[in-house]
Amino acid sequence: MHKQEFLAQLQKGLSGLPQSDIEERLTFYSEMIEDRMEEGFSEEEAVSAAGSVDEIAAQAVEDTPFAKIARERMKSKRRLKAWEIVLLVLGSPIWLSLGIAAAAVIFSLYISLWAVMISLWAVFVSLVAGGLGGIAAGIGFICRGNVLSGLAVIAAGLVCAGLSIFMFHGCRAATKGILICTKKMAVWMKNCFMKKEDAS
Amino acid sequence: MDVQLKRGLLDVCVLAAIKSEDSYGYKIIKDLKPYVQLSESTLYTILKRLESADMLTVRTAEHGGRLRKYYHITGEGRKRIEEFKKEWEEILAIYRFVTKEEDGDA
Repeated sequence: MHKQEFLAQLQKGLSGLPQSDIEERLTFYSEMIEDRMEEGFSEEEAVSAAGSVDEIAAQAVEDTPFAKIARERMKSKRRLKAWEIVLLVLGSPIWLSLGIAAAAVIFSLYISLWAVMISLWAVFVSLVAGGLGGIAAGIGFICRGNVLSGLAVIAAGLVCAGLSIFMFHGCRAATKGILICTKKMAVWMKNCFMKKEDAS
Repeated sequence: MDVQLKRGLLDVCVLAAIKSEDSYGYKIIKDLKPYVQLSESTLYTILKRLESADMLTVRTAEHGGRLRKYYHITGEGRKRIEEFKKEWEEILAIYRFVTKEEDGDA
């Protein structure tokens, strides 16, 4: 691939990001390619060393905050005609409520993910509490002479403590998974905004 | 390697590459090559991060009939390198302690 072709593809891949960001990235890669060519690499080699357009675009989306992409999307809209504004206002009971509903769905998905995690950790904490409490209560029973009940309660406490160890590893894995999941969700949402940009 | 740790290491590597004299993108990658493989998109992200943290400044200068961006380390950037050295002194002390224990076991 030639340099110009690569830069054109990159520009297309980055569309949806703020214009200044796109230009800055294009200058950066253009400079890199030229420096490599100056060093004696062929144009093809210099371009392929820059990496694939998809990878660069993915990294760029990850680096750019969501708010910036959303703002860019708002800004780049063309001016609306009078009848379009009238339609927008008249239709607002429909699209506004749909929009709010969509935002609420995404928000509730997010909240429920975290709720699942909090409840998992709550189970873990209660198992630990049950374990410690069981052992303490059991010792109390034994001290009062109620040896059989005491042993039973201690045993229950130990079971809780044992389960809590398994629970801890499960919780940790779940937390990690949810963190990765939310990160993917953010990238996905950014991409949604950017794809709409391409279509318009 | 842990992502956060790697990110911090790469930041300091790039700062070190411009420590003695101003440098440009391709030269930074070339200078770091014996120590760490850095892709161009990663370098871009790091340079942006360091610039917004005031650890380096950027100037554009002409080179062979075209423009090239040169990166210059700031006092803040030098401070980061010094901090890094101190942090690693501590980590090395812990490392020596950990490996001493292992030698004792053997």
